[in-house]
Amino acid sequence: MSDKEIPGDLKFQKTHEWVRVEQDGTVTVGISDHAQGALGDLVYVELPEVGSSVQAGNGVAVVESVKAASDIYAPVSGEITEVNTVLSDKPETINEDAFGDGWIFKMKLDDKSELDGLLTADEYAEVAENDDH
Amino acid sequence: MTDKTELNASHRELGARMVDFGGWDMPIAYGSQIEEHHSVRKDAGMFDVSHMTVVDLTGERTREFLRKLVANNVDKLTKSGKALYTCMLDETGGVIDDLIVYFLREDFFRLVVNAATRAKDLAWIEKQAVAFGITVRERPEFGMVAVQGPNAREKLIGLLPEDIREKARKLGKFAAIECEGPNGMPLFLARTGYTGEDGFEVVVPNTRVVELWNLLRDAGVAPAGLGARDTLRLEAGMNLYGQDMDETVTPWEASLAWTISLDEGRDFIGREALEKQKTDGVPRVMVGLVMDEKGVLRHGQKVLAANGEGEILSGGFAPTLGKSVAFARLPAGDHGEVRVDIRGREVPVRVVKFPFVRDGQPMPGIVDG
Repeated sequence: MSDKEIPGDLKFQKTHEWVRVEQDGTVTVGISDHAQGALGDLVYVELPEVGSSVQAGNGVAVVESVKAASDIYAPVSGEITEVNTVLSDKPETINEDAFGDGWIFKMKLDDKSELDGLLTADEYAEVAENDDH
Repeated sequence: MTDKTELNASHRELGARMVDFGGWDMPIAYGSQIEEHHSVRKDAGMFDVSHMTVVDLTGERTREFLRKLVANNVDKLTKSGKALYTCMLDETGGVIDDLIVYFLREDFFRLVVNAATRAKDLAWIEKQAVAFGITVRERPEFGMVAVQGPNAREKLIGLLPEDIREKARKLGKFAAIECEGPNGMPLFLARTGYTGEDGFEVVVPNTRVVELWNLLRDAGVAPAGLGARDTLRLEAGMNLYGQDMDETVTPWEASLAWTISLDEGRDFIGREALEKQKTDGVPRVMVGLVMDEKGVLRHGQKVLAANGEGEILSGGFAPTLGKSVAFARLPAGDHGEVRVDIRGREVPVRVVKFPFVRDGQPMPGIVDG
């Protein structure tokens, strides 16, 4: 299972969530291809509630693979605006396309400057590599 | 220090994700664990189980020694090659390990014990063996490959010399033969397994195990990791030592009553404690659980029953069923409505008989309650 190339427009947390800033200023959040590979086949995703307010660093969703349950932490503070309901029936979408169709939720940010604290794709690539050892 | 089997490099070449398993560096999966699971249920898969410990017992009084050592009765083994699944208990009736005993000759029995319990098992067996003059010999020079699935036997038999094939084909369940394998390699071929499917567990010298593995791959047997092995055995209703039972649990409390033989006059270690518990009433039972809601039952989750609390022992997603199943230990008695605490949410589950899956198919009532 070779890790796919990490899209350069994404930002990351060291806990393996990716963040994409959309044109309307909202953000989309998922987990990295590296993370899905480490977790193995996903069998369940517990999605957050649309409309709920979340704090950066708090657990807001859970992905469960055949091996383990893993928390997904909010990368920024704000309000959940949309969740990927496809994952309820097809959690394996994350295995198939972690950076695309396997997105988990979208949110409206309280404070755009929180994005500055996230990792660049290159910085995250290093985290992922060290994680392998 | 992590031990490596002879197949370690083969696993890495196949891109396996490796994990520490009882001090051994083992493959958890090569790609999709779920696909590996289905390969075994529908066709043929193979597992490197070389980490398991082969122990040979020799001496004139070997059978007599085993009558004392294990809770099942080795007198059931009358034909050379026959195998018996049993628990080895301490004086309190707690399970030291579960193992398979093979009867080869009156003065030669073979045990296969778990990897994680190797040291304590050997120490216990050696201690008990002294009085019987038994020689206890670990056989680290052997590797082991489990070839499992509805097509597993034929795929392996096809690799054997022609004059051996019929004999291998006729080998009954839970029996073993020593025979010549491909390219003259010596095999100990046992029709046993830990997946709920037919197949063989093959003991082979370490020097030949890579060769056997590659031949099986060429014959279309899919490498499968310990992750798939775990979901397969869970679906098949088979206990995992350390998770479903250990020294703090008797076989009565681990759904292993069928392995206890209270035959007249046989004084095996732990018998007194087992009989006392049976008379007094067994306080806990192991049950099967199915969760119809989405989510995954996992080891350690709290289980809430009408008559008290318990916990999930082995639990996980069952690929054959598309839902989660588990074993749980609960207080004996009427459990009523049962729920499992998953991250603070109480999710209803059904108490069911297990195995959950047999011969590739869900058992009646497992998928739809």
